[in-house]
This record gives sequence, C-alpha cells and structure tokens, in this order.
Amino acid sequence: MNAFCDKFCFGLMRLVTYLVVLAVGYIIFDIIRHGLPAISWEFLSAAPRRSGAAGGIFPAIVGTLYLVGGTIAIALPLGMGSAVYLSEYADKNRFTELIRLAIITLAGVPSIVYGLFGLGLFVLFFKFGASIVAGSLTLACMILPTIIVASEEALHAVPQAYRDASLALGATKWQTIRTNVLPYSLSGMITGAILGIGRAAGETAPILLTVAAFFLPKLPKSVFDQVMALPYHLYILATQHPEAEKVRPLQYGTALVLLALVLGLSLIAIILRMHFRKKYRW
Amino acid sequence: MQEQTAGAEYTVEAKNVDFFYGKVQALFGVSLNIKIRHVTALIGPSGCGKSTFLRTLNRMNDTIRNTRVSGEILINGEDIYKEGMNVVKLRRQVGMVFQKSNPFPKSIFDNVAYGPRIHGQHDQQQLAEIVEKSLVDAALWDEVKDRLNDNALGLSGGQQQRLCIARALAVGPEILLMDEPASALDPKSTTKIEDLIGELREKYTIVIVTHNMQQAARVSDYTAFFYEGSLVEFDRTKKIFTKPKAKQTEDYITGRFG
Ligand SMILES: Nc1ncnc2c1ncn2[C@@H]1O[C@H](COP(=O)(O)OP(=O)(O)O)[C@@H](O)[C@H]1O
Ligand SMILES: [Mg+2]
Repeated sequence: MNAFCDKFCFGLMRLVTYLVVLAVGYIIFDIIRHGLPAISWEFLSAAPRRSGAAGGIFPAIVGTLYLVGGTIAIALPLGMGSAVYLSEYADKNRFTELIRLAIITLAGVPSIVYGLFGLGLFVLFFKFGASIVAGSLTLACMILPTIIVASEEALHAVPQAYRDASLALGATKWQTIRTNVLPYSLSGMITGAILGIGRAAGETAPILLTVAAFFLPKLPKSVFDQVMALPYHLYILATQHPEAEKVRPLQYGTALVLLALVLGLSLIAIILRMHFRKKYRW
Repeated sequence: MQEQTAGAEYTVEAKNVDFFYGKVQALFGVSLNIKIRHVTALIGPSGCGKSTFLRTLNRMNDTIRNTRVSGEILINGEDIYKEGMNVVKLRRQVGMVFQKSNPFPKSIFDNVAYGPRIHGQHDQQQLAEIVEKSLVDAALWDEVKDRLNDNALGLSGGQQQRLCIARALAVGPEILLMDEPASALDPKSTTKIEDLIGELREKYTIVIVTHNMQQAARVSDYTAFFYEGSLVEFDRTKKIFTKPKAKQTEDYITGRFG
C-alpha cells in the first residue's frame, strides 16, 4: 500500500511538473512563432507611428530599460540595507517581528495598489508628476519586499563562524559585515534582484498611473519626463487600440521583445551571481 | 603595590567572575590568575563553562544577546569590562582560535593579512613580511609558501587550524585563547598543534580548553578544573594530575565521570 502510494504520489508530482513546463514552453513558443515575423530593424529602432499601428517600439524599449535601471538603483541598496539592519543589527523582539511580518505582507499587495500609492505619494504629493522618478520609486516599493527577504536569507546563509573569526581579530561589527558577510551573500542578494527585475520590467499597473505614456514617440530628456514602456504599450495595443485585430502581429512582437529583455537582464544577473559564487565558495 | 607585582607575573587576573546567559548562570565566582608565557589548560566535563570563561577573556560573549558578566577581569592590570573599554584593542591583544577551524573563503595570504589590514596596514611589503612571519610561527610556512594565493579552504583540516593560528598571530597578540583547537583533528595533526603550542609558549600566554586529559597533561603548565560553572581546583598541571586536592578532580582525571 505504501509503495503504491509512494509511486502514485511521485508520479503525480512529476506529471504536474511536466505540465507546468509544458504550459510555459507553449506560451514562449506561441509568442516566438507569432512575434518573430513582426521583428525587424525598424521595429526595434524606430518610433511608433499612427498611435502604434505602424513604426517601431524603440521608445518603449528605452523607457522600460530606464525604469528597470532606476528601480534596481533605488531598491537594491535600500533592500540590502534593510536586510543588513534586520538580520545583523536589530534586536530580535516583537517589534522587529512585526516589521518582518509587514514586509512579507507587502510582498503580497496587488500591484495596482502600489500604482495608486505611487500616484498619491510621488506623482501628486511630491509633485514629481507622471515621470521616470515617480515610476521607478513606485516599482521600487513594489519589489523591495522581495529583495529584503532574499537578502536576509542570503545573510543568514553566511556561517556565524566567519563573523566570530573576524570579530575575534579585533574587527568592528561593520568591518566584519563589509568584508566577511556581504561579499559572501552577494550572490544570494542578486537572486532577489533577478526576481525584482522580472517584476519591475513586466508589471503594468504600477506604471500605468505613475509614468507610462500612451503614445510618446520622443525619448525622455530627464528623469522627470514621461516614457513609454513595453508592458503598457502591449496592453494598449491589445485592448485599447481601435484596430486591435490588425495590430496583432505588433502585439506579439512587443511581447517577444519584452520577454527577451527580461531574460537578457536576468542572464546578466545570473552571470554576476555565478561570478560571486565562484569567488567565494565555502 | 600588590597589583603591580601581580601584573608582572600574571597576564590575566579573574576575580569572582559570574556569568549569565539570560537568567541562566553559567559561571559562579570564578577566580583565576593566569601566568605570563605559560600554558594554562581548562578542563572539565562538557557544559561546565570552560568555553564561557575563555570567551569572557576577549569579550566574545558580548556578541551573544542577553548576557551579563560580573566580577572583575584584569588583563595586564586593566579592567577589561570597565566603562569605555576599547574592545577592538582588547581583541588585538587577546587572540582566539576556535574549536572548528574557520578560515575565510579567501586566499591563504588574505586570511593571514586580514587582521593587519583591518587595523590599517596596507603596505604590500610589510603585509608580506607579517604573513610570512605568522605562517612560520604557526609551523605552516613550508607547506604553503608556494601557494599563498590558493583558496584556504583547499587546505587539510590540520593545516586550516594552523592557518587560523597564523591569522591570530598576525595581529600581534600577547595572549592566545584556544577552544579545543584539536578536537576535530586526526592524531597526526593533533600532535602538530600540540608541538606548536609548545613553541608558542615561549612568546605567548596561552589558555587552552581541552576535553582530552592527556593533552592537558602534555601541553600545559597549569590546569584549572571546572565543574558545573565553578572552578574546583587550580594548580600546576603536574600536581593536578598526581595529587589532586579535591575528590571531584580526582574522579574526573581518573575517568570516573565526564
Ligand atoms: N550561547 C549560549 N546561550 C545560552 N546558554 C549557553 C550558551 N553557550 C553556553 N551556554 C550554557 O552555558 C553552560 C556552559 O557552556 P560552555 O561554556 O559552552 O561549556 P563547555 O565549553 O565547558 O562545554 C552550559 O550549560 C551551556 O548550555
Ligand atoms: Mg566548549
């Protein structure tokens, strides 16, 4: 009976795994199949014309890159800092437990709520207007919990023995963290950043209210300008465009570019991570 | 007057030291004088407070939350728990080697140079000299001189422990605390560490925790027997192992418990 159950359960789990892989594979295949024909040099390098029905998506690519860059630049140091504080400095008491709980809860807040929050705080209250700053700050708030949690785990994975050895040599706490904790946990922290990049590049709702322009063939001149962004552009083409059926190939093309962009950014992060892994192995 | 003469002979003077982990008391009124440039062994059954006492001497217990110490510990006549004591300076003066060897996942060179570097030594020439001298003193130089840039984790267990000793020596301590430094090593590596301790006692004051009675007898000049957080007996090693005063000490060294 037990042997049968074992076999059955494992079989079931394997089946589910295959199904998931199959589904993801099919989605990617479908996007590539329909998207590839739309990709051309013009599509990648030109501004859109006729409200996106013709021309390219260059401004949206640039916009998304700016947003991802801005988001990571804000969220990574803040997230790493919070994680270092929480796991290395803060007392373990009710208050820090509450903070940790709040962070985990924040990770589950729907992205549109972040959009509204960003609209209220960054766009209106701080008067940044709809802009790259406002959008990046909003996206940064959204991915901060992910980065904090991943960074904290990475810090916990560093053996206490390294901290002890360093402190016993007369290093201060900060010297110890800087030279013998952070370097070893960097690869783990980058994992958090990878997840963050994916979300920051792909989310539509938070940028909808804080930065994204519907149709803006110009490139931004400063961080206080609006930009187009790939996910929002895709959303517009697919649901708001008067000729949604006709621009279908462009939608797939945009989706393919977005996918490639996220994978490309993640790849860079993965290579960085492997680099740090190799450098400090224990 | 008395303190000054004592200061010359003894590096460490512990007076009536109590120690608490939260509400749990781990040391009860321990008083112990440790003689300069001699080896003092701390023995006793596991959980009797040997490591705790050792860690009060370089204030490593400070890193554990909710701990409290009372009594007085003087090192070279200075109360190390006094207000405004410079812990960084103390730990340069009092080095420590841990039970489980813990080299950093860096090169052999960087491991030994770590201490001097954080204390502001960045001259490459000077660092190279310190590293060589420390490795020579730790009896490891001949084995690693051709691969100083290799990762320290590629060394054998015994070599790693001697590397940790070299790393501790590199900051120029006067006192070396060792917490069961050979308990995880094979007999051959253990012998090497014991021989090394014999050489180091010329220059350093050594306090070593060991659960191995023969080891205590072999390497130490003085032995302190701890039992349930109290210091039961402290005397010349020879005396402790031949004519112990307390019944508990005799029972322990003859292997009747522990
Ligand atoms: N970090 C700690 N937190 C709480 N109690 C501890 C801690 N370390 C040791 N103790 C307790 O203090 C007592 C002495 O421990 P220790 O000094 O490690 O003994 P030994 O080194 O002689 O085996 C033991 O009862 C142990 O459980
Ligand atoms: Mg111990």
